[in-house]
Amino acid sequence: MAQMTMIQAITDALRCELKEDENVLVFGEDVGVNGGVFRATEGLQKEFGVDRVFDTPLAESGIGGLAIGLSLQGFRPVPEIQFFGFVYEVMDSISGQMARMKYRTGGAFNAPVTIRSPFGGGVHTPEMHSDSLEGLVASQPGLKVVIPCTPYDAKGLLISSIRDNDPVIFLEHLKLYRSFREEVPEESYTIPLGKADVKREGTDLSIFAYGAMVHESLKAAEELEKEGHSVEVVDLRTVQPLDIETIIASVEKTNRAIVVQEAQKQAGIAANVVTEITERAILSLEAPVLRVTAPDTIYSYPQAEAVWLPNYKDVMATAKKVLTF
Amino acid sequence: MASNNNIFDPVKNLKEIEEKFEMVQILNENGEIVNSDLDPQLSDEELVELMSRMVFTRILDQRSISLNRQGRLGFYAPTAGQEASQIASHFALEKEDFILPGYRDVPQIIWHGLPLSKAFLWSRGHFVGGQIPEGVNVFPPQIIIGAQYVQAAGVALGMQKRGKKAVAVTYTGDGGSSQGDFYEGINFAGAYKSPAIFIVQNNQFAISTPRESQTSATTIAQKGIAAGIPSIQVDGMDPLAVYVATRDARKRAVAGEGPSFIETVCYRYGPHTMAGDDPTRYRTTDTDTEWEKKDPVVRFRKYLEAKGLWNESKEAEVIEQAKEDIKAAIKEADGVEKQKVTDLISIMHTDELPYNLKEQYEIYKEKESK
Repeated sequence: MAQMTMIQAITDALRCELKEDENVLVFGEDVGVNGGVFRATEGLQKEFGVDRVFDTPLAESGIGGLAIGLSLQGFRPVPEIQFFGFVYEVMDSISGQMARMKYRTGGAFNAPVTIRSPFGGGVHTPEMHSDSLEGLVASQPGLKVVIPCTPYDAKGLLISSIRDNDPVIFLEHLKLYRSFREEVPEESYTIPLGKADVKREGTDLSIFAYGAMVHESLKAAEELEKEGHSVEVVDLRTVQPLDIETIIASVEKTNRAIVVQEAQKQAGIAANVVTEITERAILSLEAPVLRVTAPDTIYSYPQAEAVWLPNYKDVMATAKKVLTF
Repeated sequence: MASNNNIFDPVKNLKEIEEKFEMVQILNENGEIVNSDLDPQLSDEELVELMSRMVFTRILDQRSISLNRQGRLGFYAPTAGQEASQIASHFALEKEDFILPGYRDVPQIIWHGLPLSKAFLWSRGHFVGGQIPEGVNVFPPQIIIGAQYVQAAGVALGMQKRGKKAVAVTYTGDGGSSQGDFYEGINFAGAYKSPAIFIVQNNQFAISTPRESQTSATTIAQKGIAAGIPSIQVDGMDPLAVYVATRDARKRAVAGEGPSFIETVCYRYGPHTMAGDDPTRYRTTDTDTEWEKKDPVVRFRKYLEAKGLWNESKEAEVIEQAKEDIKAAIKEADGVEKQKVTDLISIMHTDELPYNLKEQYEIYKEKESK
């Protein structure tokens, strides 16, 4: 076991899979000599050679198309999109092409692509870098969308994503890259996709969250505990497909729920979670299911980011509304 | 050797095209005119003005880097080394021309009329920095690599439809020339014969990726040929070569002869941006030193000094002016009211806000009043 940050755990997962499967290829802008702008691929080109870990010309759509083509040659591509805010340049490759690879060939071909990309905010990037666009890809049938919130989960989920035989969008929260370390096994291990993680058990309210908002939710839960509320926090981990079983079981236990996302209210995963709950467990509910989100503007300019992003206080305020309904 | 008798010889075709792209230079690194036929014969006042702007811009770069390190500026992409490419190309433009810059092209839009304080606010991530004053024909710096190229084709087509005698000018880098938008932009402008000037500042590295890894093409200029538009590669450290190429491109554009493409071969001395890029990971100091010998400011200084148009005290005067202007602009930027989430909500739509934003406006107004 070693103490790792999330970014180190991600590098470690890539290393494990490059070793494990000769078909795994890692590529993108500046991922070679430079080791990626966040150093997620640090040292990998040196270790595995330029055939396996390589820089691309600067073109996101090119990277997406390349991944599809390499899939057709039996490779398992793990491209990096430098910032998920740049994803619009590659949307056709993602939603138009790789998501329907299996479908339009009736299963003759598949696209075992894992697109890794930093997303989310709170680190004062220039405009158009930070954003929470997971809803954009999660609304596209044919894609899985995975969002880890700890170093341990990042490694296990990334290995599972790479081994998955269909396209996975693996989103790495910018603020969590180096925010804390934890014990991460040095050997390879997997965490199944589509499985949520109950981070904290409780009986009065369920909070569903993912990415950086899991940590805000945990903080809120601790504060609420002091005020006598027993709060359960569930990390969705995979936002498409959702772990319906865990979500519904939690709601049936607590009878009250809120969903927390960093994305804008109109743009994220929360609406889908709320709908699933009301469709499947309305009779268990003692209160409406509310959301904690960012407002419906374009992602904030850095100077207003701190207020724009939801935090544990916002989570607490909404939690109390539901608890006292 | 049957292949020698082939009628088709695409290899020869490519070689012939590539050989035609010789880098045009007018002023060499010693500050001597080496191509007097192309000398633009700028007046003394113009030469001094161009030099002053380049010196000012070099100081602006130095101050911006230090302000960034002090936390008084936000996002900043260093410009030193690119003064000839940026400032001399801009020097050939008129006020009515419209500039679509990349994120490193802040100096051009400042010289085109964007107040320095706005540039600083944009760097800090304040929406007021993007509020371009009426009559200043620039777009805020583009973040998405290459997006400005297609948009420039649109601005140029619009000018054409309006019968304006003006051009759309856009900038990207060697990396940007790989993006799909780049090809689409030059092709659209070529197809419509629109008044556009496409400038690629080939500064040798797209973050860490060297120019040779970016494309197999020997020059970036030759990419313009595929779009059927006149293209040229110039010494991007030579202010006169950059000026002449842009001046001629502008002439053709306003005469209705369509777009042009200019590759300026230059170098960025600094990191990609101030957000953690470390050039020592991908460049050697030997390469840096080689390029520093070609410095645009140094060679232009030599040229002007030889003509008796420039001296130390003149330079000191410009430097002093630059420092004062920067200080005043920072003060002005500091004086702008702190940005609020309600501001962001207010600028989302031109017409009435939808219900969700109306509600959220009230929520944040209350939050911000505490």
